[in-house]
Amino acid sequence: MPDQQPNKPDGVPDDANTELSSAFAQTPTLGAMEVEGMLEKEDLHHAEAQSSESVGITDREVPRSLWQDAWRELRRNPVFLISGVLIIFLVTVAFWPGLFDSTDPLSCNLANSQQGPTSGHPFGFDTQGCDVYARTVHGARASITVGVFATLGTALLGTIMGGLAGFFGGWIDAVVSRIADIFFGIPILLGGLVFLSVIPSRSVWIVVAFIVVLGWPQIARIARGAVITARQQDYVTAARALGAGNSRLMLRHILPNALAPIIVVATIALGTYISLEATLSYLGVGLKPPTVSWGIDISSAADTFRNAPHMLLFPAGALCITILAFIMLGDAVRDALDPKLR
Amino acid sequence: MGIQTSEITAVVGRDRTADSEDAPLLQVRDLHVEFRTRDGLAKAVNGVNYSVRAGETLAILGESGSGKSVSSQAVMGILDSPPGFVTGGEIIFKGQDLLKLHSEQRRKIRGTQMAMIFQDALSSLNPVHTVGTQLGEMYRVHAGTSKKDAKVKAIELMERVGIPAAKERVNQYPHQFSGGMRQRIMIAMALALEPDLIIADEPTTALDVTVQAQVMELLADLQAEYNMGLILITHDLGVVADVADKIAVMYAGRIVETAPVHELYKRPAHPYTRGLLDSIPRLDQKGQELYAIKGLPPNLLRIPSGCAFNPRCPMAQEICRSEVPPLHAVTEADGTPLPGRGSACHFWKETIHG
Amino acid sequence: MGRYVIRRLLQMIPVFIGTTFIIFAMVHALGDPVAALFGDKAPDPAVAAQIRNQLGLNDPLIVQYGNYMKGIFTGSLGNTFSGQPVTELLKTAYPTTLKLALVAFTIEVVLGITLGVISGMRRGRFADTGVMVMTLIVISIPTFVIGYVLQYLFGVKWGIADATVPDGAPFSSLILPGFVLASVSLAYVARLTRTTIAENSKADYVRTAVAKGLPRRRVITHHLLRNSLIPVITFLGTDLGALMGGALVTERIFNIKGVGYYLYQGILRQNTPTVVGFVTVLVIVFLLANLLVDLLYAVLDPRIRYA
Repeated sequence: MPDQQPNKPDGVPDDANTELSSAFAQTPTLGAMEVEGMLEKEDLHHAEAQSSESVGITDREVPRSLWQDAWRELRRNPVFLISGVLIIFLVTVAFWPGLFDSTDPLSCNLANSQQGPTSGHPFGFDTQGCDVYARTVHGARASITVGVFATLGTALLGTIMGGLAGFFGGWIDAVVSRIADIFFGIPILLGGLVFLSVIPSRSVWIVVAFIVVLGWPQIARIARGAVITARQQDYVTAARALGAGNSRLMLRHILPNALAPIIVVATIALGTYISLEATLSYLGVGLKPPTVSWGIDISSAADTFRNAPHMLLFPAGALCITILAFIMLGDAVRDALDPKLR
Repeated sequence: MGIQTSEITAVVGRDRTADSEDAPLLQVRDLHVEFRTRDGLAKAVNGVNYSVRAGETLAILGESGSGKSVSSQAVMGILDSPPGFVTGGEIIFKGQDLLKLHSEQRRKIRGTQMAMIFQDALSSLNPVHTVGTQLGEMYRVHAGTSKKDAKVKAIELMERVGIPAAKERVNQYPHQFSGGMRQRIMIAMALALEPDLIIADEPTTALDVTVQAQVMELLADLQAEYNMGLILITHDLGVVADVADKIAVMYAGRIVETAPVHELYKRPAHPYTRGLLDSIPRLDQKGQELYAIKGLPPNLLRIPSGCAFNPRCPMAQEICRSEVPPLHAVTEADGTPLPGRGSACHFWKETIHG
Repeated sequence: MGRYVIRRLLQMIPVFIGTTFIIFAMVHALGDPVAALFGDKAPDPAVAAQIRNQLGLNDPLIVQYGNYMKGIFTGSLGNTFSGQPVTELLKTAYPTTLKLALVAFTIEVVLGITLGVISGMRRGRFADTGVMVMTLIVISIPTFVIGYVLQYLFGVKWGIADATVPDGAPFSSLILPGFVLASVSLAYVARLTRTTIAENSKADYVRTAVAKGLPRRRVITHHLLRNSLIPVITFLGTDLGALMGGALVTERIFNIKGVGYYLYQGILRQNTPTVVGFVTVLVIVFLLANLLVDLLYAVLDPRIRYA
């Protein structure tokens, strides 16, 4: 391994690194930066073998792939286990809120306005007299749907665009990179304020689409870097020499090796997208009633926070736990997939 | 372990008295280093003994994981700790045991009295400082030289190691130099304060063959000029032949054979060494199948019992699996002692004479 | 270096045009500005058409955009519907936001890097675990929630800080909002610093520095930190985008009359010139900051400079 510095100019031709250097964006970027180091790895498993060799541990009796290794690592990581259990729980709540609550979050009684927690209503009531517990339970769906689908969307679009740019290079790369820069140049909350206020009816899918439109360049840059690194590997040259076509090269040889950093960034981004949705709703450009969402509830509870803090704290707590769970998952996945930090 | 240690000291001791009156510059005695990793305890160095005198070159030969680099890092005091720990032995340098010194005392020895040259000069030089800054740093820190004088000295150093246009290039960054030139800068940095001992860890591995020869030549010249002790760590038998005075072959954290350089090539006394020699392609054996040592280097987490080499050894017997062979003093078939030679093989006689 | 600068500048041009055009187009999709001008009253069609003509709203969007850009380069952002020049409004709003950003940025840099260095140097120890857990929690709480909770605790319950920022926004009243604005970024900075420190402390050149017999402090400051901070500085620059977005939120919580406040008002009232003007200026600032960071990056890392 000649050099493990991030952003080294040698090894990656064209202006791959200057591109990467500006690849750190608004909110969900830290994962991106940490992952960049991984891009320098020719092949992650390789790298691990090398680092163990430096202390002389050569365990060749049981050869393990990066993914097997990562899975073994994950299973032993308490952070992963805790976040995993939390996420399974949250997804269950999101899909079957009826299991946890039989009240309708939309049937409210103004007589109960802003009442604190009482028996049968552990979280109290909001200004409209709606049961906060019911709204918190039913609010999970919006947050998790936005988080999961925005992540899938950005990952898919970003991987395709970044992959094409990295694989073909030349003018395709130049065009894709510039387009990515354009969307990158719009700070995401600012963009939300402008773009989303144009659209009168904002369903969950509109918010997802917005996040995908402004979020894909982040993944695209990671994917581009990873693909450029993978493309230069000898086994890719070998496969090409053996007559493998472009699509086979991309799908069979390059994609599997470029996937690890993309997965890491995407997992961490998931948590931040949930946070983003809540913030957009808070600014009044995210989801709108009658959709039940934590962001909406927190936003409407904000004005009366001093008198009735429970209205804000319960949905905010649920929101934070959800984000925390996904960010912890992302952290654990990164640790497992990035052997360098072990 | 007890028997083995005393036997080795016996060999080393004879070696010392036979060749010179004065005490060696560096003497490593029964050095143990282990790495406490998450997967378990890796015993990287298991009782290593060697000595180097001023002006002498000792080559330590071994494949990766043999403990050759780790033992020299322990000597320099730059072992990554944790996970690496020196768990036993002595490192006697100019009469004092380095392991008994405070970290600050050891630091002052580094760079001034002993210096190290690393394998990959590109990653071993700091990418964001000019070579002039990095060379001058030696004088600035250890001798309190002014910035201006340090730069002048850096230029002198660069000229000394044969870097053309040193005056201009002193302000350049490592990545602007070729591989050979970078390695010369590493050498210059090690040489700056004229240390008594230089440890070169695979100094030419990353270089082209032609450049390799130039760098080795430079190193040998400088060593002779300053009468320094040199420890040359390598896995390449070819590099060693012309430069070294004596060789220690390491395997799985132990020295398995010691010998004056040419004798080792002529008559190896350990099956591992013989395997290494046989696996070098030779012109006079054209058409024959090249020999390769079978099997893989041992896992340091699970070193085989007995002789660590036994699973790969063509001569292995029952005893090799049960008893760790001590470093036997190697003699001629008629019992005439061969100074400086030792072999940690139960069947050294068969190996060298049979 | 020269070639690198020129290349970055050339790359900026299409990005600048693309970004501002998208903003321009989206804002114009906000709704009919003339209708908004009249509020609830239905405008007389003839008057509306006349105003439309005056404002050039009948031209194709691309022409309107071209005229607008021409204006920007001559220092004019047009007038709001009430006739006030947008630049004047900006002059009222910008100093406040700039002050807020400055306070937040200082907190982010000083606290973030310090925590990151402490954490990275003591990997696996108590201080490290503490910093990691704290930053994880901070990252998980959206800025506006942190804002309300801290505002309540410090401003209302304990009365240590101003709960809302008075007009004129003196620095002392901006410390709490600045901290809220910085909180998430500062957590990221701390984590990033920790990662690069931990990574670089295993680098070969750090080993070389130790082998040279340099004192530990010099190894850390001259070799470890100098190299580790390069990605952190890059992050700090590009994080300005997040800081701007966060400012919208923070200004709303603490009732600060800065860029975010006027922008928000502009959107509510569909005051197209205000929105376009403010957003365009913010985006330009962001793009320039990114350019600056790229150049700074080249200064800090000679390998980029000579690439």
